[in-house]
Amino acid sequence: MATVPVDEGKVRACRELAANIARDVQGYINQHTSVGVERTILRAYGAEGADAEGAPLVNLAVDRYKDAGLLDRGILYFVGRALLGGSRSVQEAAEALAYGDLDTGEGGPSLEEIREALRQPTIDALARIDGARDQRDALRASFPEAPAPHKYVIVATGNIWDDALQAKAAAYGGADIVAVIRATAQSLLDYVPDGATTEGFGGTFATQENFKIIRKATNEAAKEYGRYIQQTNYSSGLCMAEIAWMAAVEGLDMLLNDAMYGILFRDINPCRNFVDQYVARRIIGRAGIIINTGEDNYLTTADAVEKAHTVLASQFINEAFAHNAGVSDEKLGLGHAYEINPSIENSFLFELSQAQLIRQIFPQHPIKWMPPTKFKTGDIFQSHVHDAMFNLVGVMTNQSIELLGMFSEAIHNPMLMDRFLSLKATKYVFNTAKDFGDEIEFKKDGIVAKRAVQVLDEALELLQTVEKETIWGAIARGDFADVKRLRDGGKGYKGVVARHPEYLNPLLSLLEGDAKGGEAAGTGG
Amino acid sequence: MQKAAKLPERGVEMSDEKQLLRAYGDRRGDGMIQLSFTLEVAPGARAREAAKRFAELHGIHEPLVASMEEVAPGFSLFVVYGHSQHAVDLATIEVPELRTEALSREVVYARIQEKLGRKLVVVGACTGFDAHTVGIDAILNYKGFSGDKGLESYKCFEAYNLGAQVENEQLLARALAVNADAILISQIITQRNSHKENAAAFIELLNQQGLRDRFVCLLGGPRIDHKLALELGFDAGFGTGTKPGDVASYLVERLA
Ligand code: B12
Repeated sequence: MATVPVDEGKVRACRELAANIARDVQGYINQHTSVGVERTILRAYGAEGADAEGAPLVNLAVDRYKDAGLLDRGILYFVGRALLGGSRSVQEAAEALAYGDLDTGEGGPSLEEIREALRQPTIDALARIDGARDQRDALRASFPEAPAPHKYVIVATGNIWDDALQAKAAAYGGADIVAVIRATAQSLLDYVPDGATTEGFGGTFATQENFKIIRKATNEAAKEYGRYIQQTNYSSGLCMAEIAWMAAVEGLDMLLNDAMYGILFRDINPCRNFVDQYVARRIIGRAGIIINTGEDNYLTTADAVEKAHTVLASQFINEAFAHNAGVSDEKLGLGHAYEINPSIENSFLFELSQAQLIRQIFPQHPIKWMPPTKFKTGDIFQSHVHDAMFNLVGVMTNQSIELLGMFSEAIHNPMLMDRFLSLKATKYVFNTAKDFGDEIEFKKDGIVAKRAVQVLDEALELLQTVEKETIWGAIARGDFADVKRLRDGGKGYKGVVARHPEYLNPLLSLLEGDAKGGEAAGTGG
Repeated sequence: MQKAAKLPERGVEMSDEKQLLRAYGDRRGDGMIQLSFTLEVAPGARAREAAKRFAELHGIHEPLVASMEEVAPGFSLFVVYGHSQHAVDLATIEVPELRTEALSREVVYARIQEKLGRKLVVVGACTGFDAHTVGIDAILNYKGFSGDKGLESYKCFEAYNLGAQVENEQLLARALAVNADAILISQIITQRNSHKENAAAFIELLNQQGLRDRFVCLLGGPRIDHKLALELGFDAGFGTGTKPGDVASYLVERLA
């Protein structure tokens, strides 16, 4: 088997540094909540629906208590009081919070009584997540496991009904995983739209109803073709935690979910993002959903040769954050990409080296191999060849998940035939070179081996700096993706709230088990 | 190939008024093209005939259906070769083109010094919900694009890059605050013509406030060309492969 030299001592050092970096942030997370987190929790307890203008009930309730300066106790504190005050369900309680008299939280029942009122709803909330997980896993187990790399394709028509049709078509073409990407501006919406949608562009709105529609379509396709089809969406942006919960209860298999992507690529406030990703990942961990991290994106804004080590360093950090939230290695799909300028001599060898390095450093992880995008042009014919080389690396280095390249990448979201032709070409390369990686060895001091050593060395060095500067400093300095963001800058900061000493969130406490974030052992290597 | 046979050797019919262009495949005038498309029909003899007729309706003579494959249940992808009957008269085509001579950094500097005696101030952003920064960064930031350093690297430019997801009002406010000479807008997402709407809305905003003449306005992005930019009310448009030097040269021609 073709391997690259990996110094295990250095890998251990990287993991320790990353754990320290994440621990520092976890201290902050444990003392804060956000409007996004509280809406998630309210949904998890059963509040649903939207008013005539489309404003979700959970937003109306949470915003009201936020604006009144009361959210620091957690929305459940008020839900519990409403239940004790006569609301017959969480839905009714949420309606009371949204439309009834404002409860200032003074007087009335004791904290113990409130906890007691929330006992059964908490059990129900957890059971809903667990039930959806078990149902999904049972269905999945009834089909044979697909060989790696799993072929992952995107549908993004903007209209959920066309998406459903194309998801089935993708399954027909041989896809193992179907992702619906969310609509262009959704990351910055501080609410999740309600119902089935037909109007997105650059993608389709992530809504609970839309998740249902695609789940139904992919399950039908699975029965038809005798292969399980995994469903994916994006848990990112200002509603990352709410979307994580929706995905959990609608039986999604995978989610794009990154500890820093929103900060770097959508200018979401770092505090907000860190708080939200923690709760999102707590739910994801419980639901057994695989996450896909977004380090591949760094190479679109930063140079893929010079900054290859930032991808690796960030993967260690993402891993540490995930461990703190109870996500296990087996569910941690760290992202990396084939993004080097194709005109560079031997760039294929650099790509191969990095892909193999990541494979070896993260052996249990369902790592996700991302295709060339940035240097794609309107020349679809050349683009198809570019993707073939990428596919070759994917199969040689035994990547777990491969997002297929599209020859029309520089032009539009993939069309029906673009996706089919990509699947066809990928199947060809995967099949024809199946055991290639096992058949060869890399030269001891060759280009591939040396490159791997260099990338790990540089990642270690960067992690040492980040540990000193803290992640806040590193992000402000532009260490990742060459993008600089300030701790109090960006979108959604106003939605962050410092927790009251008696902050109430029994579901989160259950999800945390005995281990609060940062103290969790994780399952890491 | 009756039509093609009548054409002169060059395949471009030259006369005083006409310059007819035909597609070139293997021989001048053969009009050969390939196309691919999907029809909602399963493969079969009727599907093949449907593809042929579909091609004929597009002006393809003697279409050859080279491939027919089911890409989804009940959908076939066709690859068709054939002779296009159409010819385009080049003489009737007029496109506004940016004809700016590429000036050296020294000349850019000297001219701005001489004519303005101060730095030329530019403010740029990728506007609306569009989060793509690489294009505007390539033009403005020191690093530049493809070996050509960005405007920030010039001694004679003062460049402000506001990044992406910038509201039109925000961009204008900043341009006023720093007393900008030029405003640079980038638009990458084009689905549903969002690039056109966003860009036009900015010009509309300037017009409303009577500020259109105060700034030179440039529009850029992979689907932008000079013609489109003019139509949308900008002074110039820049597409794929634009280098910072092109922009510097244009601004000097325009302002200094
Ligand atoms: C990198 C990238 C991203 C990165 C952006 C990182 C960043 N900070 O910029 C990330 C991963 C974040 C991203 C996200 C998305 N992306 Co994107 N992305 C790309 C990609 C791969 C490359 C774009 C790029 O950087 N090109 C390199 C630069 C240098 O080229 P350029 O932008 O054309 O700029 C040059 C010229 O046009 C010109 N220029 C540009 N602007 C200006 C301005 C002025 C004033 C001047 C003078 C010149 C100028 O000069 C530049 C240098 O020559 C393209 C695919 C492709 N290959 O084009 C998709 C692409 C643009 N993305 C696309 C989409 C849909 C999205 C998403 C909406 C996906 C989603 N649903 O979430 C999100 C965006 C969300 C949002 N709110 O905007 C689509 C757009 C489809 C369309 N036609 O509308 C594309 C084409 C991919 C695809 N096939 O689907 N993306």
